[in-house]
Amino acid sequence: MNSSTSLSFLARCRRSRSFMVGGVMTGFLLVCAAVSLFWTPGSAYDISIANRFLPPSSTHWLGTDQFGRDIVSMLMTGTQNSIAVAVVAVSIGLAVGVSLGLLAAARRGWTEELIMRFSDFSFAFPAILSAIMITAILGPGGVNSILAIGLYNIPVFARLVRGTANAIWTREFVMAARASGKDRFRITFEHIMPNILSIIIVQATILFAIAILAEAALSYLGLGTQPPHPSWGRMLNEAQALMFLDPWQAIYPGIAIATAVFGLNLLGDGLRDVLDPRLSRKR
Amino acid sequence: MPLLNVTGLSVTLSTADGAARAVRDMNFSLEKGETLGIVGESGCGKSITALALMGLLPERSETTGKIEFNGENLLQKPETEMCALRGNRMAMIFQEPMTSLNPVHTIGRQVMEPLRLHKNMTRAEAKAEAVRLLDRVGIPNPQERLGNYPHQLSGGQRQRVMIAMALSCSPDILIADEPTTALDVTIQDQILELIQSLVREEDMALILISHDLGVISENTDRIMVMYGGAAVETGPTETFFEALSHPYSQGLFAAMPKLGMGRTSRLMTIPGVVPDLINLPSGCTFTDRCPLATAECRNSAPPLRQLTAGHNVACYHLDKARTMKAEGLFA
Ligand SMILES: Nc1ncnc2c1ncn2[C@@H]1O[C@H](COP(=O)(O)OP(=O)(O)O)[C@@H](O)[C@H]1O
Ligand SMILES: [Mg+2]
Repeated sequence: MNSSTSLSFLARCRRSRSFMVGGVMTGFLLVCAAVSLFWTPGSAYDISIANRFLPPSSTHWLGTDQFGRDIVSMLMTGTQNSIAVAVVAVSIGLAVGVSLGLLAAARRGWTEELIMRFSDFSFAFPAILSAIMITAILGPGGVNSILAIGLYNIPVFARLVRGTANAIWTREFVMAARASGKDRFRITFEHIMPNILSIIIVQATILFAIAILAEAALSYLGLGTQPPHPSWGRMLNEAQALMFLDPWQAIYPGIAIATAVFGLNLLGDGLRDVLDPRLSRKR
Repeated sequence: MPLLNVTGLSVTLSTADGAARAVRDMNFSLEKGETLGIVGESGCGKSITALALMGLLPERSETTGKIEFNGENLLQKPETEMCALRGNRMAMIFQEPMTSLNPVHTIGRQVMEPLRLHKNMTRAEAKAEAVRLLDRVGIPNPQERLGNYPHQLSGGQRQRVMIAMALSCSPDILIADEPTTALDVTIQDQILELIQSLVREEDMALILISHDLGVISENTDRIMVMYGGAAVETGPTETFFEALSHPYSQGLFAAMPKLGMGRTSRLMTIPGVVPDLINLPSGCTFTDRCPLATAECRNSAPPLRQLTAGHNVACYHLDKARTMKAEGLFA
């Protein structure tokens, strides 16, 4: 890394409290998701009326829900679901949005104008609202909610990348690179990209949190992940009617969502410190 | 056929405040191995002239005229062909060595890049050549320096690296835009000498740009004084300093630090400011600051007129300027 401080990358990681705490929270969720792929303490799917509303026990650590499904297992499978949706959605945004942003900055003129007007247009709607609109058009379902969130991420990345890339394009080393005969594409990949990478990574982390939140919201509204596949949003929805009967049913997925969003935001903040010490000092 | 032949070059930049006529009707040519100095205060259009030659002007600009390089008009060349020329047949060094290198790439990579790009060298060949180049420009332990990042080098060393990069493909022409302005005074001469000796060694043409007449005086065959986006005096360096015909040239000369001048004596500056390129005054652009200006100067711009072979001046009051030179026009 191009840090002017003598601290190594790892030392800076260790010194950033947000990075450590956010990293642990995010790491915990990743482990839960990974484990749920081949093992859960109970079943997240099997309905058993006899086992409804069981209190926490050694077999059901957090008890069971109104259909007798194991809550820990549902939460774990839900984590896997949230992360999968967010990974794909953020990747769509990254691939398309970053390319568009880089293209806008490299070509300027009408190309930039067109890309930015498109971004403005999609920016006029808040994340959740645009996701709802898109799923309303495409129809509810897991894949469509991924698409909806991914589409929302495209202009976010496009704008950020175009703005920061434009700033890099005016730097003298870019002029020097042009004077050495490099064309716009070469400059984009060799000079623009490496200098905006850390900002992209930080933004991707934050958008990952927003994607998880959006997935939960869509599923809560019945537009996202469909039954019987567990999702934090649907768990919240199903718990809503039971708020007074068994409030824990809502609290558990709520904590899961909060952990993910808070952890990822902390991680993003920490990454900002770690990846670009110059940025963090200015704040 | 001269190496570079510029005729009627004009550049208009569109800015938020309007069209700025940064360069107006420039004419000059450069032979192989010849050195030309362009001098003028900040904001006179020197850098824009240089960028026009390289084809690196801002998007929102309009260029007219002709820039013939090895007989081909660069203004009609497509961008891909310009890319093949830049860094290869024509190279440029910038004012700010501190920011002209990419902070995230090593020195080695940056010096090797033009060689890989234009000379199709393999990594090993380019590396060997980079070591040779860094050594040639006076970087100690070049082998070890290859792995350094720009922030590990001093300003003078970075400018040496920039010179190594610019000269890596042995271009026909080097444009150095204020190459020493950002550097420590003690290093300035070393860098100028380095550029000078490399240019001679390779028989390259050089355009040396500076706001400091002193820098130009020692390092060029010919000189061109720019004011308000146009040439006001041009000629062989020796003739120019003997004649100092244009009042602005006299002003620049008076503003130049001279040998034997005490540290404490204050430098003269020409009173007033450079003209606004968006609302250029009619007539001679130097009128507002010129002690010799008359109504005639305000009405129409004096054309460049030849005094002696190759020495051209744009001024209506050359006789008066000559007689007043001894006492100092701006004294
Ligand atoms: N990118 C740009 N956009 C608009 N105006 C510019 C730009 N670069 C330079 N100028 C203007 O063009 C004029 C000439 O600038 P420049 O060639 O850099 O002067 P010099 O190099 O002689 O100091 C100045 O008035 C400057 O403000
Ligand atoms: Mg300049």
